[in-house]
Amino acid sequence: MKRLSARPVLLWLLGLALCAGVALRAHYTADMSAFLPRSPTPAQQLLVDQLTEGVLSRLLLVGIEGSTPTGRAELSRGLAKHLEDGGLFLSVRNGDAAILARDRELLFANRYLLSPTVRPERFTPEGLHAAISESIDLLASPIGLMLKGLLGRDPTGELVELIGSLDTSGSPASENGVWVSRDGERAILMLQTRAAGSDTDAQALAITQIRSAFANLASKAGQPEARMVVSGAAVFAVNSRTAIESEAVRLTTLGTTAVIALLLLIYRSFTAVLLGLLPVASGALAGIAAVALGFGTVHGLTIGFGTTLIGEAVDYSIYYFVQSDEEEEGGWMKRFWPTIRLGVLTSIFGFASLLFSGFPGLAQLGLYSIAGLVTAAMVTRFVLPHLRPAKLRIHDIAPIGRALAGFWAWLSRLRLIVPILGLAAVLVLVANRDHVWSSSLSGLSPVSAADQALDQSLRADLGAPNLRYLVVLKAGSREDALERAESVGERLRGLVADGVLAGFESPARFLPSTATQQARRNALPERDALARNLETALVGLPLRPDRLNAFLDDVDQARTQALLTPESLRGSTLALAVDSLLLERPQGWTVLIPLRTPDGDAPFQAARVEAALNGTEALFVDIFGESNNLYRTYLDEAILLSLAGILAIVVLMGVVLREPMRLVRVMVPVVTAELIVMAGLVATGHALTLLHLVGMLLIVAVGTNYALFFNQAEQNPGDDPRTLASLLLANLATVIGFGILALSPVPVLQAIGITVGPGAVLTLVLSAMLAHRAPR
Amino acid sequence: MKFAFRLVTCLLTLASLPAVAAWDLPQLMTELARNQGGRAHFTERKYIALLDKPVVSSGEMRYVAPDYLEKRTLTPRLEVMVLDKDEISLERGKQKLTLRLREQPEILAFVASIRGTLSGNRAALEQNYALHLSGQRDNWTLNLSPSNPRIAELVTRITISGSRQQVRSIEYLQADGDRSLMSIEPLDAR
Repeated sequence: MKRLSARPVLLWLLGLALCAGVALRAHYTADMSAFLPRSPTPAQQLLVDQLTEGVLSRLLLVGIEGSTPTGRAELSRGLAKHLEDGGLFLSVRNGDAAILARDRELLFANRYLLSPTVRPERFTPEGLHAAISESIDLLASPIGLMLKGLLGRDPTGELVELIGSLDTSGSPASENGVWVSRDGERAILMLQTRAAGSDTDAQALAITQIRSAFANLASKAGQPEARMVVSGAAVFAVNSRTAIESEAVRLTTLGTTAVIALLLLIYRSFTAVLLGLLPVASGALAGIAAVALGFGTVHGLTIGFGTTLIGEAVDYSIYYFVQSDEEEEGGWMKRFWPTIRLGVLTSIFGFASLLFSGFPGLAQLGLYSIAGLVTAAMVTRFVLPHLRPAKLRIHDIAPIGRALAGFWAWLSRLRLIVPILGLAAVLVLVANRDHVWSSSLSGLSPVSAADQALDQSLRADLGAPNLRYLVVLKAGSREDALERAESVGERLRGLVADGVLAGFESPARFLPSTATQQARRNALPERDALARNLETALVGLPLRPDRLNAFLDDVDQARTQALLTPESLRGSTLALAVDSLLLERPQGWTVLIPLRTPDGDAPFQAARVEAALNGTEALFVDIFGESNNLYRTYLDEAILLSLAGILAIVVLMGVVLREPMRLVRVMVPVVTAELIVMAGLVATGHALTLLHLVGMLLIVAVGTNYALFFNQAEQNPGDDPRTLASLLLANLATVIGFGILALSPVPVLQAIGITVGPGAVLTLVLSAMLAHRAPR
Repeated sequence: MKFAFRLVTCLLTLASLPAVAAWDLPQLMTELARNQGGRAHFTERKYIALLDKPVVSSGEMRYVAPDYLEKRTLTPRLEVMVLDKDEISLERGKQKLTLRLREQPEILAFVASIRGTLSGNRAALEQNYALHLSGQRDNWTLNLSPSNPRIAELVTRITISGSRQQVRSIEYLQADGDRSLMSIEPLDAR
């Protein structure tokens, strides 16, 4: 046979060369955005935008610890200065009192353009009287005392209107002129990168710049004990990328080494081990090439996942070497190949369901596995026999098989345990039915718990805004956007008055539309008219008109004052507030209006907000609910896809096996193993995520192979020690591949590992227990 | 600001003390420190240069030794200010403002003048002020002159007067010449 044709070998080598060419030219990525869904609803699109491009994705929080309070403040100022000059950041804020004073001056100088109370009626005798009385009353309060010096220029209290409407309760604490944590032990900076969150390279550069700048400053200032922590979406992205990259290499190396060691131990032949790895290597290469061609980029996780492929693909060559050892090769082809072919097909059906996933990352895993397994099986079937030296003999493992046969006989007697275990698993699942599935996206997050805790503590320090509820609207131009924001603001103000909302942010607060600014400017009376009105207004008040000349001057000047533009805000924190809420996108302008909910336990009346927005094109978004909805949608999708995959596998086997009883015997161990694994995960406190679901799909794909071997019609493996031994060996290889994943700190890989590893073992054991034995 | 406090526990002890001719700072501080708290009515007048008449406000105060003070202004507008340990919160209409004292050394010093007097904490007072006591036990006057230049930029002098452990009035003379005077009437029952 070997001499018959070298054509398969040539075809194989050609294929390898092509795949290698594609793989070498492929673009590799490790950004977690591949695990963000595509094509969501508008509200979900906004969420994904925010995660990849938006303010949240650009926000970095920096904490300076150690040293003394003044030392930290000095470092905070030095770092802020350095980073501002560096150009990688849109904004650097550390609570510097000088900057706050600048903001206040800007507000004061433009108060007649900015204050929503500036209307014609405000400057009538009655309006003036009311406003000035209010200001005088305010002087009785400590708040008023702070503003006392401004009374002569701003008797109607426009600055108070402006500042009073700001959210002061959530602002960070400050000490020695810079922001600090609540306990004062940490100086805080808030940075916004120029690069979008999805540009991980640029984010990594920005983070490196922060770290090196800090190290320089600390050593120059002689404060070696000062430390710095950085958190934010970008840090997560950069860290997970690093983790995934190193994981891909580490897992593949570990998995390969372990499998090689296992094979060496069993085969005691280097040639056989090398030959046995050929299908695996070919499969991995073909998988990468297929993903590169199909998706344009190859995700690092996909390669990390390749280690599982090693575990499964090596099975084929194990079956080949062990089972065909003393047989005529034609006999192996005839006896075992149909079973293996069916096993490959079931695996393909299982993985195919991943191809339809809304997560590009999962679809990649699916394609990678299909291409890899098909290639590995084909290479085993058509290439290995040509390469196998005629006198290759592997160590006889029949003794292992004979030992197993006794064990198997014992296992078979315990078969009654199977329904009991299955029932117990069902009971556990039913008892925990409310929390079997994780309800949030965080289960997919590659961010470590420690990183998350640091992020939360920095956010809490800053009183960083709770962005759960948003109103979003779209517009064609900046002016259009601001006008729409103002009209939505009108409606929301009603809700604030009713106590439904505690308040809201709007870009129009610091940058009103041109129309509004003009209307306010036009509302200001001429100097003489204002003086006359003031005369009347002050009757009965302890304030004489001649003390308010500065007021007359200011209003007069405001009547011809230049309107505010984005440029006039430049350099102030007000510009940041506007920029973060008013976004220019290729397809137009987007306005974000974050809502603040009232304190207390009363449920938020989202329906009132929706009702208030009725008739506008504005969209109310509950980010938290939306991200959970999003997750639900995809979990539902994945469950559906998995069920479809399993159904396809059942149909396939039904068609091939023909006999319903054989189908049942094949499926019962697999289904029972699934139930036990799920119950085990739930009982040990895991909430199942999409990735566990993928793992369960893999159990079906892999597990049916074992079950099929135990249910070959003609002969039982128990009667053939070498077949039994090959199954054990194949199972060990699979468990090694997935078991190594279970050790990974990347949750995506770990979830699959802890599901498939135990699942594969269970399926083998249960299949052995339930296999139909020919009476002796 | 001001406050009032009533001796709740130590009247007997005090009554049994021998009358001492020389009334000095340690004695005042000891007596003040015995005050466990109480309620008082206050009237505050702020004399502001720009205005022809003082701005008058009034309400109730409550003090619980050593560091809780609540000032509830009833006229002209309802406003509640609470000083609790390290935090001042102020609620007026829909506005609520919270300040942490450590962030604002000037305000902290200002608050220390009140709290130090109420609780008889001479060390706290002397951190920021030079103290001068005059008068007798039944009618004493304590002058606080800022020794910290940052406080001196705001306040020129604080004058507190009282009778025994009861503070009766507090006057702030501000650096810009404006002045506020708060008089305090203790209310019965704690």
